[in-house]
Amino acid sequence: MNIIVCIKRTPDTETRIRVAGDGVSVDSSGVKYIVSPYDEFALEGALRSREAAGQGEVVALSFGDKSVAEQLRSALAMGADRAVLLEGEASMDGLATAQVLAAELETHDAPLILFGVKAADDDQQQVGPMTATLLGRPCVTAVSTFEVSGDKVTCQREVEGGHEVVEVSLPAVLTVTKGPHEPRYASLKGIMAAKKKPLEEKPAASKAPQLRVEAIELPAERPDGRIVGEGPEAAAELVRLLREEAKVL
Amino acid sequence: MGDVLAFVELREGSLRGASLEVVSAATALAAKLGGKAHALVLGGPGSAGAVASAGAYGAEVIKVGEHEALASYVADGFAPEVAQAVREGGYSVVLFAATAQGKDLAPRVAALLGVPLASDVTSLEVEGGKVVLRRPIYSGKAFARLSTEVTPVMATLRPNAFALREQAAAGQVESFAPQIDPSAIRTRVVGFEAAGGDLDVSEASVVVAGGRGMKEPDNWNLLEALRDALGTDQAALGASRAVVDAGWRPHGEQVGQTGKTVAPKLYFAVGISGAIQHLAGMRTSGTIVAINKDADAPIFQVADYGIVGDALEVLPRLSEEVARLRAGN
Repeated sequence: MNIIVCIKRTPDTETRIRVAGDGVSVDSSGVKYIVSPYDEFALEGALRSREAAGQGEVVALSFGDKSVAEQLRSALAMGADRAVLLEGEASMDGLATAQVLAAELETHDAPLILFGVKAADDDQQQVGPMTATLLGRPCVTAVSTFEVSGDKVTCQREVEGGHEVVEVSLPAVLTVTKGPHEPRYASLKGIMAAKKKPLEEKPAASKAPQLRVEAIELPAERPDGRIVGEGPEAAAELVRLLREEAKVL
Repeated sequence: MGDVLAFVELREGSLRGASLEVVSAATALAAKLGGKAHALVLGGPGSAGAVASAGAYGAEVIKVGEHEALASYVADGFAPEVAQAVREGGYSVVLFAATAQGKDLAPRVAALLGVPLASDVTSLEVEGGKVVLRRPIYSGKAFARLSTEVTPVMATLRPNAFALREQAAAGQVESFAPQIDPSAIRTRVVGFEAAGGDLDVSEASVVVAGGRGMKEPDNWNLLEALRDALGTDQAALGASRAVVDAGWRPHGEQVGQTGKTVAPKLYFAVGISGAIQHLAGMRTSGTIVAINKDADAPIFQVADYGIVGDALEVLPRLSEEVARLRAGN
């Protein structure tokens, strides 16, 4: 069974964010980029599923400019078989991204499509379910692990109030969250092999985003905090400050 | 037209707090747009009896779709009904709470309607006649101000970011019976394990989070005592990744980059060093208190108040002081 994993290139989470000169984007100079962490959990899930089935292809797909090839090579190094880069300008409009991905996904024959539950930069949690809706596929979000059996997928989800087990029939879309299996590191052998695996670049069928970024702002500097005291003796003063100064108690 | 629709969630027979915040936000926004706030609820038969409180928070009309297939949340049942109600109502803005359900539902409705969606919004303004939304990005290290020319404007609102404000309105309940084809529902819940009725960390207005500095899982009773002193109706437990990975606490409590992002009005980071990945999940909290034995722990860089000391010694006194303060009210 073929599985496609949609991944996104995002800044490393330790990055200090600076606003670019145009005021509507983030300054990318000197920033280290990674595969968005939840997307790595999705890749891991796909690779495990392929290993359990003993056959099938795992394809990594991404939408963005040419620099995205770096993250697709990482996915290939982890074990994906081939990659597709849809070249175009990604934006904060998740629907525009979903439309691009759906147009491409329709040309593939993959019963299972995976996304990370959300991207580490925009934190919107929308492209997975939007893409599924455009494709007319059912979608289960925030899946911590899943198991494919025949044409059914059994998904484990943490939900508010507990743990849920959901069954969905293929073809389907899952969005994946942190699960019990850490994403594998690419071995040196994997990194070398990745250089030879197919990475197809093609223009994305993209439309103009319908959500406009008016400005990117840094949060107001949190005023310096202070140490109230040491040990249990400081507790009374802390509570007083929380009540009278911070007004949160 | 200026009417704003708030999608309101039913949970165990009553309207969720986070959804009532959305009604308040919808009411305030509708007033600026020259329209009215409406609420939409979907549920099983008899749900219409549980929705009146939306009127107390500003809804002129409360539309209730009742059907057996909607007795609990299911995306394939809910999404088309919400989209249909939006089309029929001609709304300028449609708002959901950015709860787990809202974040699952809203993108599907947006895709069905062909409109973009702003997620986890923390403020809504009207500027020059258009709606401007503000939302955190990069785990709260920056904010984006967004606008769109498209209607309806769709957004999910971050819990605790919009004040709950009572504003009596007509609250007229209009029930309707959706036509649902059972075969259209393609997912099936085959198992559910309740995690005890504790308030979820992402909804709580106060979070008491523990990390490795708690030394062992048995010491969590000290954090539970603080949580109880603060009030189980508003306070929830959180946890660092380290203690979740160690198996001391469930993943549902994890706050951080690969856990939940929370923004309560008060966050206690107890025995948590303050790694970047943890900060990513709580840095936009209103007031941050850190309790840590190490005066150089990075958590003190973001905390508004700190106590340097052994969490196991500080917690009992802190719980006592909180309980005393609250009892004195």
